[in-house]
Amino acid sequence: MSRRLVEGSEAIAHAMVGAGCRFFAGYPMTPFTEILERMAELLPPAGGVCMNAESELEAIGMAWGAAATGARAATGSTGQGLALMQESISELCTARIPLVVIDMGRGQGDYFQATRGGGHGDYRTPVLAPSTVAEAVDLVPVAFDLADEWRNPVLLYGDYYLGHTSQAVELAAAAPASVDKPWALDGSTGGSGRAKLLSPLGAAKQRDGVGYDLAEHLERAGVATREMATGIEPMVDRGYCDDADLVVVAFGTIGRFVRWVVKELRAEGHRVGYVRPITLFPFPAEAVAAAATGARGVAVYENNLGQMVDDVRLAVLGACPVEFIGGLSMDSSGFGVGPEIDAPKIRARILDHLEAMA
Amino acid sequence: MTEHEHEEIEHERIEHRVVLRTDVAPDDATLVDDFTPELVDVGAHHLCPGCGEPIAIRSAVESIAELGAIERTISVFGIGCYTAFSNNLDVEVLQALHGRAPSLATGVKRMRPDALVLTVQGDGDMVNEGLQEVLHAAARGERITCVLLNNGVFGETGGHITSTTVLGQRTKNTLDGRDAERDGHPILISDLVASMGGAAYVARGAVNDAGNVARTRRMLTAAFECQERGDGFSFVEILTMCPTGWFVDTHDAPDYLADVIAGTHQVGVVKDTRGEAAS
Ligand code: SF4
Repeated sequence: MSRRLVEGSEAIAHAMVGAGCRFFAGYPMTPFTEILERMAELLPPAGGVCMNAESELEAIGMAWGAAATGARAATGSTGQGLALMQESISELCTARIPLVVIDMGRGQGDYFQATRGGGHGDYRTPVLAPSTVAEAVDLVPVAFDLADEWRNPVLLYGDYYLGHTSQAVELAAAAPASVDKPWALDGSTGGSGRAKLLSPLGAAKQRDGVGYDLAEHLERAGVATREMATGIEPMVDRGYCDDADLVVVAFGTIGRFVRWVVKELRAEGHRVGYVRPITLFPFPAEAVAAAATGARGVAVYENNLGQMVDDVRLAVLGACPVEFIGGLSMDSSGFGVGPEIDAPKIRARILDHLEAMA
Repeated sequence: MTEHEHEEIEHERIEHRVVLRTDVAPDDATLVDDFTPELVDVGAHHLCPGCGEPIAIRSAVESIAELGAIERTISVFGIGCYTAFSNNLDVEVLQALHGRAPSLATGVKRMRPDALVLTVQGDGDMVNEGLQEVLHAAARGERITCVLLNNGVFGETGGHITSTTVLGQRTKNTLDGRDAERDGHPILISDLVASMGGAAYVARGAVNDAGNVARTRRMLTAAFECQERGDGFSFVEILTMCPTGWFVDTHDAPDYLADVIAGTHQVGVVKDTRGEAAS
């Protein structure tokens, strides 16, 4: 175990290798690129394979193939590249193949994409949204474990800040849990009369008298998805909510800024609290509802046009008004690192909202 | 066509063939299951009568069996009529999305270098949807074997134009035949793949007659051996009949393949670096 000052991307790559990831494929796109660079550096010496895929479609395809053999595999991109991967993500869910997908978003505009997905069918993907490098390092093995446990892709949703912030973290040589994967392919069942099939259309063969009974397969996949949605304990970070008039909900990098501002405002006597969902799916609805109990209002601060507001309103269920107070944060780079990620600005918005509620 | 002409044609056809009675089974009749290769679990594949795809799949699995590679074969299937075989083959199958089989096979092979990894795709799947995938896999010299079942139409959706449909060929949405001006030209995928530096073996076979079936089997074996030696990417394109999608009589389909399809997609070995590897 070593404590080192590292950039987020490097820390995440270390954590992936530590968690037993042995296959990674990616296609460069800022701010995901550095993770690909680090994996290309770290994975081969660890006995793994890192592929420079020719497109996002191929990146997730390669990772899909590797994961099908039972290897811990991962890929990733940023919003635009992730959009291309969506059809594969939905198919992986229905084929029940675990995979970790790193989404290094530009700003926070990938919320809907990450939590709702753009693929087809009844599927969901767990989403973990760390706010610091240290938390990302902790959540990487959680992502792999959840993927294996539920046989489902899991998203780790970070952003430009997370990838580029340097922080002193423990880079533990974590021993990955050895997971039994009886469904994985190695070729050895050929000729046995029970050769394996791993397919979004169903794993039953005609010899079982079933063949492609898609309805039956989708029903079973749907049950697995629902069990996953209720079986994963939502994670949340919250503070100062017990007697808060106003609860501010924020995730990821912005959650860290909001926490800081709320702490400052508390010290000045304002009755504000914060909630930071760490799992965006399953959304910590109960925790958000509990935090909002007794409050006169809930404000959502995120760097987009208010995507998480839907989930927060569903959690609060009309107990008090839920308003969006964030906004896009674009500078000319387009990477979402612009003026809205600014503690004084966040502070001003929260104070304005408190005043408007009074 | 008058009724008389029709009768005459039927008569001609029957003339040089042995015509069996169909009300009772001949003494030496066997069930389909009895002459399907051992790696086809269940005889019923539900593909149309006269389809070339079952012959191509059978050739591939026979070749795998002959090489003694049954217990280390992982196949990756694309989406088309042939997908039905993912469900009754007795070799491991990973089902891919349209076009994506070569990248899935890449991930499989990199993690299981000792496995014999093959993909099975149709022309709509490989050449329309996944053209870049197969080209990149070839360029990388990926140690996999990609098998293309080329019938020039989207058979499963009912016979629509694909990127390999030959000029003049009628399809459901080119009823008067593919027209270069309107519909563009067919892609000769084997030639394109052969131009990639990482491609070690590229061949185009067909299953329209016994000679071509035997030749295609040899091509498949050569391709798998090429993979086993680690020579690089190997590719076998197989022209298959789709009487349903072509809107021709089932018994005319093999001739249609020879006369129309193979006129453009010419059968033969396109690239073979085996000699070079040895020298
Ligand atoms: S539609 Fe064509 S390709 Fe499909 S099963 Fe029928 S003959 Fe074969």
